[in-house]
Amino acid sequence: MRQRSLTAVVLAAVLAATTGCTVERHWGGNTNTGGSGKAKVGLVTKTDTNPYFVELRNSARAAAQANGADFNALAGQFDGDNDGQVRAIENLMQQGVNTILITPSSSTGVLKAIKDARDAGVLVIALDTATEPPDAVDATFATDNFAAGEQQGAYVKAALKGVPPKLLMVDGTAGSSVDTQRHGGFLKGIGLTDGSPEIKGHTAANGDQSLAQQGMENLLQRSTDINAVYSMNEPMGRGAYAALKARGLTGQIVMGSIDGGCEGVQNVKDGQYAATVMQFPKKMAEQGVLAAVEYAKTGKKPTGFVNTGSAVITDKPLPGIESHDTAWGLQNCWGGAK
Amino acid sequence: MSTKDRESLGEFLLRAPAVGPALALVVAIVVFSLATDTFFDLDNLSTVVQQSLVVGTLALGQTLVILIAGIDLSNASSMVVATLIMAKLAAAGTNGFVALLAGVVLTIIVGIFIGSLATRIKLPAFIITLGTFTMLTAVSKLIAGGQAVPVTDGLLQWLGTKRYLFGGIPITYGMTLALLMYLGIWYALTKTAWGKHVYAVGNAPESARLSGIKVNRTVLSVYIVAGLTFGIAAWQALGRTPNADPNQFQLGNLDSITAVVLGGTSLFGGRGSVLGTLMGALVVAVLRSGLTQMNVDGNYQDLATGALLIAAVVVDRIARRQQQS
Repeated sequence: MRQRSLTAVVLAAVLAATTGCTVERHWGGNTNTGGSGKAKVGLVTKTDTNPYFVELRNSARAAAQANGADFNALAGQFDGDNDGQVRAIENLMQQGVNTILITPSSSTGVLKAIKDARDAGVLVIALDTATEPPDAVDATFATDNFAAGEQQGAYVKAALKGVPPKLLMVDGTAGSSVDTQRHGGFLKGIGLTDGSPEIKGHTAANGDQSLAQQGMENLLQRSTDINAVYSMNEPMGRGAYAALKARGLTGQIVMGSIDGGCEGVQNVKDGQYAATVMQFPKKMAEQGVLAAVEYAKTGKKPTGFVNTGSAVITDKPLPGIESHDTAWGLQNCWGGAK
Repeated sequence: MSTKDRESLGEFLLRAPAVGPALALVVAIVVFSLATDTFFDLDNLSTVVQQSLVVGTLALGQTLVILIAGIDLSNASSMVVATLIMAKLAAAGTNGFVALLAGVVLTIIVGIFIGSLATRIKLPAFIITLGTFTMLTAVSKLIAGGQAVPVTDGLLQWLGTKRYLFGGIPITYGMTLALLMYLGIWYALTKTAWGKHVYAVGNAPESARLSGIKVNRTVLSVYIVAGLTFGIAAWQALGRTPNADPNQFQLGNLDSITAVVLGGTSLFGGRGSVLGTLMGALVVAVLRSGLTQMNVDGNYQDLATGALLIAAVVVDRIARRQQQS
């Protein structure tokens, strides 16, 4: 009896940790398609807590209001929650949306649900993260994450002024497409490849600041003879910075990051890292909503990949690297006027 | 080894459940010290202890709860809400001490809530804390509004920023406080009537009741003391990273259970020790640190931690079986 209750405890604990607690049923239902007039837009983000997705959601809601479109936002429970996103898509179909804007948790994890939606005549636009294959959705409005990584890498390379890099890398969730693209772009920008001896170590921190700090502390124990740090996003950059600061290494290191959130730009202004690469989620959201409105009116669907751009933010501009200062960055963080 | 020898080993492990994890810790430290030329270093050992502080403090309260055959799935989310309350209040200009107190009061209130439901309505702790876990996770996201809250208040960071040297080893006040808490609860569990009641309730609540122990009062007191430790874990967390972020410590509840089980405390209650938990928390941090320095991929680190956890439960099982036979 006790043994059985232990099994139940462990099973349920794992369930609680890895899945959400809501259960939604898909009953089918009517779905409005293009050309019928009023746009009904559903947004599915990876989570509803990350400030990046909060900005994306708020921008989309504002754009929908400004254009007289219905709007509903749903999200997965955590980054990587494909099942939660599938349920969100089903739920939106049930509500009869004619456009779904989605930031896919993984580039392949929700393709079947997307196909079902498109088969039902719903316009599906990927925001922020491309699907694999890209034509699984009608169009993608996103940061070119490889290019963003490349800009970060090029900046760090320029800041080293010809000194060979000794690099530590703080990666995000292993296997996620954004992580892979930024990582690859950074290495191209700095002129290295995976396995180059200049890479002194790497840690995967799943976007968690405290894990990034721990990973960095452990890497620095191997060697403090480094001069460059890659961080896949800004919360992890803050964790890495805490570890570097404790070692008194911040002066000898060029650290770059990616995101361009207001907190991240402030970190650059405060000197925590040399540069960040800003993304523009507001543009993604607005363009997505405008495409939905257009589709509702005329039935015309957008196609292909639309790069919403990225920009280096730094107070230490370098020749050959196009950049903006943090004053501009604070005004434009994540594309929104603050 | 003869059967007789093995029986006595089992009995020994039952008498001193912290010995197994202590051995594992020593073996891990020796292996990593030999395998790398960077692991055995006073600064690094200090860092490893600091890395285990938050989970170690969560696990301290979790040990008490598991000793009475309960479980707390909401300890980390309660802690995260407390960090956000402390950070938000401090950011709004509230005195650091008041902010700290507010966070600790919250985790104690959560403890009273869980303890009351467990004693008055006799709900299983697992179900209650699954509910509080879900609620508190939502509350943390609502409070944060999608933004991490930076902390600059000196008192809130004090446990991480202030350090002194002890025999060449850098010691933070966070480490000192954790050690004092472990000693205090170790003392309470082994030297006071309350401690004997906790073990008795965990072993067999009905017999405990018949022998005159106020079972409900003991259970409630355990959840309150545990709540206090979770509030202090929040202070520890802000000392480590001066940034309250609702996305941190998402698996802190399971990490704390891992430390408790690795420490030799039985999930069925009534058997275990906080010193074992201390070892359990340190073993996890030592594995992470050592394997990272050996350049082992993070997924293999998780694999090793999981395997060690199962090994710990197997040892617990064998020891019990030998006691019964």
